[in-house]
Amino acid sequence: MITFSDVTKKFGSYTAVDSLSLQVAEGEAVALWGPNGAGKTTAIKCLLGLLAYAGRITVNGYDAHKQGRQARAAIGYVPQQQSFYDDMTTLETALFFAKLKRAPSSQVRALLAQVGLGDQQHKVVGALSGGMKQRLALALALQGDPPVLVMDEPTSSLDAAAREQLLQLLAQVRGGGKTIIFSSHRMEEVETLAGRVLVMEQGQVRFTCDPHELPTRLGWRAQVKLRMAPLALDAALDVLQAGGFAARRNGVGVIVEVAHGDKARPIHMLSQADIQVTDFEME
Amino acid sequence: MSFVTIWTLAQKEMRDALRNRWFLLYTVAFVGLSLAFSYMALAGAGIAGFAGFGRTAASLINLVLLIVPLMALTIGAQSLAGEQERSTLAYLLAQPVTRLEVFVGKYLGLLLSLLASLTLGFGIAGLVMALNGAGASSPASYIRLVGQTFLLSLTMLSSGFLISAFTRRAGAAIGIGLFLWLGFVFLGDLGLMGTAIALKLPIEQLFVLALLNPLQVFKMASILDINATLDILGPAGIYAMQEFGRSLRFLFLGVMALWILAPALLAYARFATKSDL
Repeated sequence: MITFSDVTKKFGSYTAVDSLSLQVAEGEAVALWGPNGAGKTTAIKCLLGLLAYAGRITVNGYDAHKQGRQARAAIGYVPQQQSFYDDMTTLETALFFAKLKRAPSSQVRALLAQVGLGDQQHKVVGALSGGMKQRLALALALQGDPPVLVMDEPTSSLDAAAREQLLQLLAQVRGGGKTIIFSSHRMEEVETLAGRVLVMEQGQVRFTCDPHELPTRLGWRAQVKLRMAPLALDAALDVLQAGGFAARRNGVGVIVEVAHGDKARPIHMLSQADIQVTDFEME
Repeated sequence: MSFVTIWTLAQKEMRDALRNRWFLLYTVAFVGLSLAFSYMALAGAGIAGFAGFGRTAASLINLVLLIVPLMALTIGAQSLAGEQERSTLAYLLAQPVTRLEVFVGKYLGLLLSLLASLTLGFGIAGLVMALNGAGASSPASYIRLVGQTFLLSLTMLSSGFLISAFTRRAGAAIGIGLFLWLGFVFLGDLGLMGTAIALKLPIEQLFVLALLNPLQVFKMASILDINATLDILGPAGIYAMQEFGRSLRFLFLGVMALWILAPALLAYARFATKSDL
């Protein structure tokens, strides 16, 4: 459904995307993961025809550069920043973009209701919260039922509650079988939405993995702070170090370094040694 | 190119123009001053009341020279730069539209807004004159001035778009637009006179220099329409009449057309390859 073939984008002497090749199959959801400057947003802008590039990108069989209109007609886009006309109402905005996309205007109200904006139709966009604007972006992206959804860090500017709401909506969309490509550096986003993760660095894909393997592949380690009775601290340290953990005392407790996916094992190990953990914290 | 897309974008521009306070202020000022000028046109002859169409047209030339370029330059300058500054341009271009459609749609929307505003100004003044007995004189010169004003507004709109295509911020674009307006309105006349005196320019070169400023072209074309001669402009006017005669109107029309097309095409060329969105 989406292919990048040897795509390179340079800004002067800086290479933002370097010979990028990737394929996203129909119905697949792929996350582009990487730090700022990895080339994720630039790759998405190339896909949308916003930037000129070397190489070839196709969407639904259309060349994103030479047949930009047809390629973009197959795409619903959710940007990182909410970029709407603040003085238009939610309904006016939705009707305007529906006309541009040749999407039936009869579906506009239903889509707004679907993303929870049914009662905000006559409010100007400038007065909507960040979460509402991002839900509006999702409603606009779904107009005309495009087969591909492209999102650029869709929840990065939202607070925890708004992020949770949007992720629930996106999970429903994911269930509808659309092809999805999105950039992210939030683990929960990737775990909820992606079927595959492409880890980018300096404009190139370093490796591809399953979302659940990502923390391990990135070498992420977490610190677990365990609290217990003061008299049990020395014994707990001995048990954990004997079990292969890097552990140290921390005044009222013990700090243990653990791999992602292995965070409960120190508690389980202490429990087996009859040492009761009274509380714990994650870092 | 999709005309549905262009018209959708044009409609949005017209709607935005209606909500633009500056645009409304210019329109109100233009309507008010047009009425005032048509009333005052006979004041010099010691007669109070509304003048005929021909005399009013002559007195409106200076008003048009001041207000219309300012209006067209500023709304043109805000067009693309304003959208880029608000990050709405990138989102718009991520839709199934082409850059040509976006450019043409925006241009068409602002063009129609400008024409509506000018029609309102000239229309109200014309109607009031007709109702006050000025109908005895022929409205032809007045109607031709309206046509010339439309052309002038388009030259300035294209120049505004050119500024906008090369600028990322609306404030900077408007600033450059105001500077250009000052240049056209004041430096055009004074600079032309100063250059002619300082360099002792021959008349034909002076005339060519005048053709470089669309406001001068508008002024000459309007005077020619009302007076049927440019003698009032002195030696340069007499030279132009002798040299070009009846084809002078086409020359002015051609220069105006060039001033409409060249900046618009340059602006589109820049917009089509713009990647700093």
